This record gives sequence, C-alpha cells and structure tokens, in this order.
Amino acid sequence: MPQLRYLENVATLVLDREKCIGCGMCAEVCPHAVFAIEGKKAKIIDRDACMECGACAGNCPVAAISVRSGVGCATGIIIGALRGTQPTCDCSGDSGTSCCG
Amino acid sequence: MKEEFSCSSDKSCCGQASAEAPSRPCCPAPHWQLKSILTPAGLVPRVRADLQFADSLGTAKARVGINRMRYSVRPGVYAVGNPTKDSPVLVSANYKMSFDHLRSAMAGRDAWIMVLDTKGINVWCAAGKGTFGTDEIVNRISATNLDQVVAHGTLILPQLGAPGVAAHRVKERTGFRVVYGPVRANDLPAFLDAGMKATPEMRRIRFTFRDRLVLVPMELVLGPKYLLLFLAALFFLGGLGRGGYWFQNALTTGLAAVVLSVLGFLGGAAVAPMLLPWLPGRAFSIKGAAVGLVPAIAYAAYRILGSEGTARALEIIPWFLIVPALAAFYAMNFTGSSTYTSLSGVKKEMRVALPVQIAAVVLGIGLWIAGRFV
Repeated sequence: MPQLRYLENVATLVLDREKCIGCGMCAEVCPHAVFAIEGKKAKIIDRDACMECGACAGNCPVAAISVRSGVGCATGIIIGALRGTQPTCDCSGDSGTSCCG
Repeated sequence: MKEEFSCSSDKSCCGQASAEAPSRPCCPAPHWQLKSILTPAGLVPRVRADLQFADSLGTAKARVGINRMRYSVRPGVYAVGNPTKDSPVLVSANYKMSFDHLRSAMAGRDAWIMVLDTKGINVWCAAGKGTFGTDEIVNRISATNLDQVVAHGTLILPQLGAPGVAAHRVKERTGFRVVYGPVRANDLPAFLDAGMKATPEMRRIRFTFRDRLVLVPMELVLGPKYLLLFLAALFFLGGLGRGGYWFQNALTTGLAAVVLSVLGFLGGAAVAPMLLPWLPGRAFSIKGAAVGLVPAIAYAAYRILGSEGTARALEIIPWFLIVPALAAFYAMNFTGSSTYTSLSGVKKEMRVALPVQIAAVVLGIGLWIAGRFV
C-alpha cells in the first residue's frame, strides 16, 4: 500500500533547538515520528508528516516547540468561515448534528 | 433484567466511588458493571473485560450516528480484574467506545481505569478540544481520591490524549507521573509486559483500509444534509426546456441529473475514502475528482454508444464538471476524519479547491440548462 502523505511545506511546526533539553517527550508523543533525538537534542526529521495536533508543543517542559493547532476538518473550516470565527465543528455535547465522535 | 443506561455527568445516581448514603434511589447498573470492590477511597465498580452483544450493537449504532452523542460512561474510577494498590492506572475518555476498547484490551489483567469526563467524546477529539486535558485529569484525581487507591503515583494515558495534556503540569499539580501508553489499546498488554516501554510502531498512528472503512457510514449519514436540497433543485431544473416547463422532462432529465449527482456524492464520501492511498494526488479533493470522473465517463459512453450519434455535447459535458466537483467536495470533507492531514494543509487545499468546485458546479448546471435552449 502506498504511504499516505498529505501536502508538503505547510506545517507551522517550529522547534527552538537552543531551548531544547533533550528530554525526548516530543518524540514520544508524536504519532507520526516527526522528531528524533540527535546529539542530546530533538530534531525535526519529517516536518511534512506533521498533522499539527499540538501534542509535542504541549508536552515540551521548556516550551521549545510551537505549532498552530486547531480543528482540521473541512466542514469545521467552512462553518468557522461562515461565522467569522476560528474553525469549529460545533461539537457541543447536546447538539445532535455534531461531527465529532 | 439489568437495563443499559448511559449517564451524562449531570445525572445524580447513587454514589459509587464514594461513601454516599445507600438509601438514595439508584440507577440500574449497566450490563458491563460487576460488583464493587472496597478501596481506601471508597467503592470502585469492577467492570467486565469481555464485550457483550449490547456493546457491539452500541458500537455499530454509534458508527452510523445513532445515539452517538450520548454514548457515554459515568466518569470515575473502575476496576478490571482484581487490581491492588500496585496495579496500573489507565486513563480513558468517557465515550463508551473508548472505554470498551480499553477494558477489553485488559482482559485477564488487573488494572484501574480512570474515566475522565470528556462529554462523551473520544480521546482524540476530546484532546484536541482540551476536555481530555490537564485540568480534567487534575480534577478527576481529586474527585476520586486516586492517591488513596494506588501507591505508585503513575498514570498511563493513551498517546492520542497528548494534544490535550501537559504531562509536566499534571506532575506539578498532583504529584502523579504521566506515562504515555501506546496509540492502540490492543498494544497495552505488550507495553505493560515490557515495563511500560513502547516500540516505535506502537507510537505511530496508521490509517488502514479498515480504519477508513468504519468512518464511511458517518460520511454517508452526515453528507445528505445539504445534498438533498441540491438534488431536489436539480430535479426540478430538469424540467426547464424550450417552450417553458415540462414536468415530463423533469422526470427523465432531472432524474438522470439526480442519479449522477448521487454517484458523485458516493464517490467522494465512500469510494475515495476506501481507495485513498491508491488515488492520484495528495489533496483529498483531487483524489475525489478522480473518482468522480468515472460516472461521467460511464454516462458519456452510455449516451454516445446508445444513441447512434444523436447525443449532444451539452448533455454530456456538464457531468464532467458537476460529478467530479461533488466527489471532490465530499472527499475533501473526509480530511476531518483522517489521521494525518494538518489544519494548515486543509486550509491550503480548500482555498483552491472550494472555489473550483463551486465554479465547476455552477458552470456545469449552466451548460446543462443552456443545452436545452440552443
């Protein structure tokens, strides 16, 4: 099966290697093996595999990683655009029309 | 006979993990719940690790959108097997499907399961929204007195909960150490046996054929919301022709339009997701458009071969615009269900694809109607 890859050069992922302490959390939490630890510091080895989930940024104890994460579904982006807000799925727990789950 | 029930976190039933007065009216216990065990923090319900028919039925229903938003489990601590204060604590969302995956993965083992209140949403979506998050974990530890249940001070979280949780903050605020377990609950036994170590493959998320297939029913359920209006409009527009409006034409021309449009929808909502890795391009809209060409080509062949040269271009060309555009649109929507597309990528794709899809549909319908007047 051919590997599933999305668009290139779009990820907003940024790693500040200066701040990095090499704890390895980013490599551990990333579900797409974007990071590797090289020479006691993290390194981005596959930026195009990043799905901008934000797990790395949130778990970096020294805030060396930033990424623009958010609802990534086309419907959510359309809804957000129509309402003038950030992309949203309208995933309120009571709404029967939510697309989450 | 024990009744199934799904509790929202608001309902007040008799207390289970605390010492509430037993005289309060109780909800009947769900079928998956067994007798409670007594811990220093109070009563903790044991749960079955084997899934029953009711669980499979519930999963099937949720997959097609029946009761999906209220398919939840009461937050709190539960026990699988016969855990002790040294047994691992596994953290779950309170979406029942998440809970079912977890407890069945732990069959034959002893563990505690701490169920967070994620409003009935699965781990991944809840993590993205923050409900499977640091604050909820901190609150739930406090509410369940988890520190009295286990001595090791460690929580095992599903890896896909990481977007919502800052492990170091949980440690700061509760003293509990967060360990990220594998992506898939099925890998938990191997993970635990290896001393809470994951292989690289356990930490990768995939998007297999089966993963994609189980998502298709929801695409089919949610898609028709606005599609039906579009189809109705097409059907009635089919009646427009020289000399005014003929309902007879609506039946033939309009019906053909509806059928082709439905094929476009199915192409984008079902076929493209299933064939994803084998379709051209990286953008989902392009993969969808490729699928949408097939009905258009088939229709063209049908008209050309079946009419001995009387088929007109304006009856065929519109479908090379409309059907791929519809398929592209619905395939593009599948990005929200995928495990590998990024928000930035989807935005970039939509910026180009959506206007093209709209233009193609408008132009296609224009040509389709114009073809009857020229």
